[in-house]
Amino acid sequence: MTTSPSSAVRTFPLAPTPRSRWRVARLIMWPTIAFVALLVLPWVVYPPIAMDIAAWALFAMSIDLLLGFGGVLSFGHAAYWGSSAYLTGWVAVNTGVPFPVAILIGALGAMVLAVPIGMLSVRRSGIYFAMVTLAFGQMIYFIANQLSVITGGENGLQGVPKTFFGIEAVEKESFFFYYAAIPIVVLGALAAWRIVHSPFGRVLSGIRDNPERVRALGYDVERYKLIAFVLSAGLAGLAGGVYAVSHGFVSLQEVDWTTSGKVVLMTVLGGIGTLWGGPIGAAIIVLLEDYLASAGFEGIGIVTGLIFIVCVVLFRKGILGTILAFVDRARTGGRGMPRFGRADRLAAPDSVTATNTAHDEEGNHAPR
Amino acid sequence: MDAFIQYTAQGLAAGGFYALAALGLAVIFGALNVVNFAHGAFYMLGAVLTAVLLDVAGINFWVALVLVPVILFGFGIIIERLLVQWLLGLDNLYSFLLTFGISLVLVDVIKIRYGVSGLPYGQPPGLEGLIRIGAVQLPVYQVFVFVFSVLVCLGVWLLLAKTRVGVIVRAATEEPERARALGINVGLWVTPVFGFGVALAGIAGVLAAPFRAITATMGSSFIIILFAIVVIGGLGSILGSVVAGFLVGLVEAYGQGYASTFSQIIIFVLMAVVILVRPAGLFGRKESA
Amino acid sequence: MHPDDTSAAGDVILHAKGLTKTFRDFTAVDAVDLSVKRGTIHALVGPNGAGKTTLFNLLSGFLKPSGGTITFDGRDITGMQPENIAHLGIARSFQITSLFEKLTALQHLELALGSPTGVGFQFWRSEKRLARFRDRAMDLLDQVGMASLADREVGHFAYGQKRAVELALALALDPQLLLLDEPTAGMGIEDVERTIELVDRISAGRTVVFVDHNMHVVGTLADRVTVLQQGAILVEGSYDEVRNDEKVITAYLGQANV
Repeated sequence: MTTSPSSAVRTFPLAPTPRSRWRVARLIMWPTIAFVALLVLPWVVYPPIAMDIAAWALFAMSIDLLLGFGGVLSFGHAAYWGSSAYLTGWVAVNTGVPFPVAILIGALGAMVLAVPIGMLSVRRSGIYFAMVTLAFGQMIYFIANQLSVITGGENGLQGVPKTFFGIEAVEKESFFFYYAAIPIVVLGALAAWRIVHSPFGRVLSGIRDNPERVRALGYDVERYKLIAFVLSAGLAGLAGGVYAVSHGFVSLQEVDWTTSGKVVLMTVLGGIGTLWGGPIGAAIIVLLEDYLASAGFEGIGIVTGLIFIVCVVLFRKGILGTILAFVDRARTGGRGMPRFGRADRLAAPDSVTATNTAHDEEGNHAPR
Repeated sequence: MDAFIQYTAQGLAAGGFYALAALGLAVIFGALNVVNFAHGAFYMLGAVLTAVLLDVAGINFWVALVLVPVILFGFGIIIERLLVQWLLGLDNLYSFLLTFGISLVLVDVIKIRYGVSGLPYGQPPGLEGLIRIGAVQLPVYQVFVFVFSVLVCLGVWLLLAKTRVGVIVRAATEEPERARALGINVGLWVTPVFGFGVALAGIAGVLAAPFRAITATMGSSFIIILFAIVVIGGLGSILGSVVAGFLVGLVEAYGQGYASTFSQIIIFVLMAVVILVRPAGLFGRKESA
Repeated sequence: MHPDDTSAAGDVILHAKGLTKTFRDFTAVDAVDLSVKRGTIHALVGPNGAGKTTLFNLLSGFLKPSGGTITFDGRDITGMQPENIAHLGIARSFQITSLFEKLTALQHLELALGSPTGVGFQFWRSEKRLARFRDRAMDLLDQVGMASLADREVGHFAYGQKRAVELALALALDPQLLLLDEPTAGMGIEDVERTIELVDRISAGRTVVFVDHNMHVVGTLADRVTVLQQGAILVEGSYDEVRNDEKVITAYLGQANV
């Protein structure tokens, strides 16, 4: 101890230290980089692919909001991406409202769907949460398959229009559509950023690191997780809606569990708990899949599966996580704590009570 | 009534695959704290291997029933040594994601090699036709699958209850804290237990070969139902996973028989009800709030 | 310990009756009757596995009792959720230091102070919103002698400093009853002395129940001592009474510190 309790001196280091100035810089840097990248994207890649990247980027951020900041992995998020895609498409086809309105309705629908599923899922934590969300996601798949009046079943929902106030350039050309739709993605990303850096985000990170501690402080952990789940579903819904309008049709693929797996891969590849890593992972996977498909390669799963394996075994910080750790090390000259060690410690807090009581909560027992 | 008995037989046969595979999942989870996402892919490999062995080498069902689990046991050991072991000290979400990646690779490798249309497999010799039980006739094969999987489950239970290794593994599965407090070290047995769990998925695959369409993706929906099963039964319970396996097999069969529109959804509704009423699963323990 | 304490001293603030907790065939806490008087410092001692931490988890709601009742301030709190128990005025610390490595000491206190206000639900606002708790947070950190380190991440702190932040966190809930699980575990002699002083100071106007293995700590702080063995109460009394009790001496035979 550098100060003994009895000789405490009240000091208020209010002036911004270099550390906090750096923090502010970084806080603004990543959103700015992401924003600029989004603006130039359709000049660099084929516009519909650019739109795919943007949609998946927001989808990946919705996963990271839960995984990186809430500490729970949803392996069934296709349910919200897909249900919003269907609802957006259905509204756009049947009402003729401008597509942003349809997308908003779709996202709201996804949030409504997330309430009951979230209420059930947050009753379990850790690995069970992943299994339960996956199973409920599959249930939504079967329901979508049965509900062919709206979803078109196996045939999909066809002919989703890009209605946009009669502006033909947007409605016909994917390049202009991109710029009409991108504000929705940007708003979604900013919302995710705001949530992470809000009082709610503070509590959520606390829950991720040590749920028992946060409960002891008087917070209703399950309710916080539920709110995070519903907000995340809303972001996934925005992304799914954009995707549906961009493609002009919605297929069962959007509610398939492989879609849930793909977005988790993007998040892990970009870096868990970095928020802006997901978009990087999304760009890489979308471009890679596009390249492989156009090259006529059948086994995309082999490539994505191998990326998953390499990522998880050797590269758990992900791309942005690695960059941030590197920058931090350079800045502190190798001293100080690793910043994004959280990825390796995801479960550590669960053992807090498990070690001193003789019970097995959620089966999260420490490995040998 | 006849229909009911037929659905029951179907359900118990399907429940046999589920119970065997869920048992493997539970044992792996107990000894390694790994939820093996690739379990569905291993089940698929078991079925594909059975078909391929017959096609290429003329190896019949009965030999496959012994040979395939042995091959998968070896395969499981390789996977554990090569990949899974590096993640054992970390949050089990990582091994979950790793095994997910493994299953993606396996599925697409099989897809490329054998295509998407199912591989053919006939009824095994000696198990064709119908058997008369009371007033109803049931396919011999379904009765066989049920009896055989119950026997295997019993055998596994005996192994876990009566042998020293088994007691260690069972203690680790059902009472991890207690096992550690007693100084039981599962370490040495981790690799073979993983192989053993994979072999159980393989047996389920062999049994499924004459009964289900053999495709690369047959394990994909299977694994999700397995997850639902272990949530229903309680992953930390050996009995729970077996009972829930048969239960879900029955629910699925009755669903297909009486309410085919909702058959696939019913399982998940069952899971939702269990989470509501007994969050830890029917046989699971949850001591804390 | 606090002769100046007059706040309705003498009545029972926490009362456990027949409290039992079983894990399968193992009884961790066995029909414990415990009464803690308002304004006192009450120590729970006993060999490892005596059920002290389980008892703490029962009292703070982290475990549901298999039997028996818990009354706090005349109110039945048996089986209540931990967060609700915290709101009623029971704060606890953990045996293992459980802080958030990436947050500063000040941010920890903001988190605790925000708990009763519902500010935590505001996902649409900036986290700067929490700055309004700053003055009270600094006050609390000052009480535990950590004000000068308020803006440092606790990951950099020494063990004793972390424990001090833990105490400040518990105090932030302005609890009537503080449950401290081994406040001096793993500390060197100097830190132990500081912690004794600290607990003594913050116990003014409060009731404290603590678990500790260090008999020096128990002897210095506790007004009353309950000795647990195999989940049941062996003896209860003042430190001197307990120390000289034959049953206690037998139970601890071969164990150091007594």
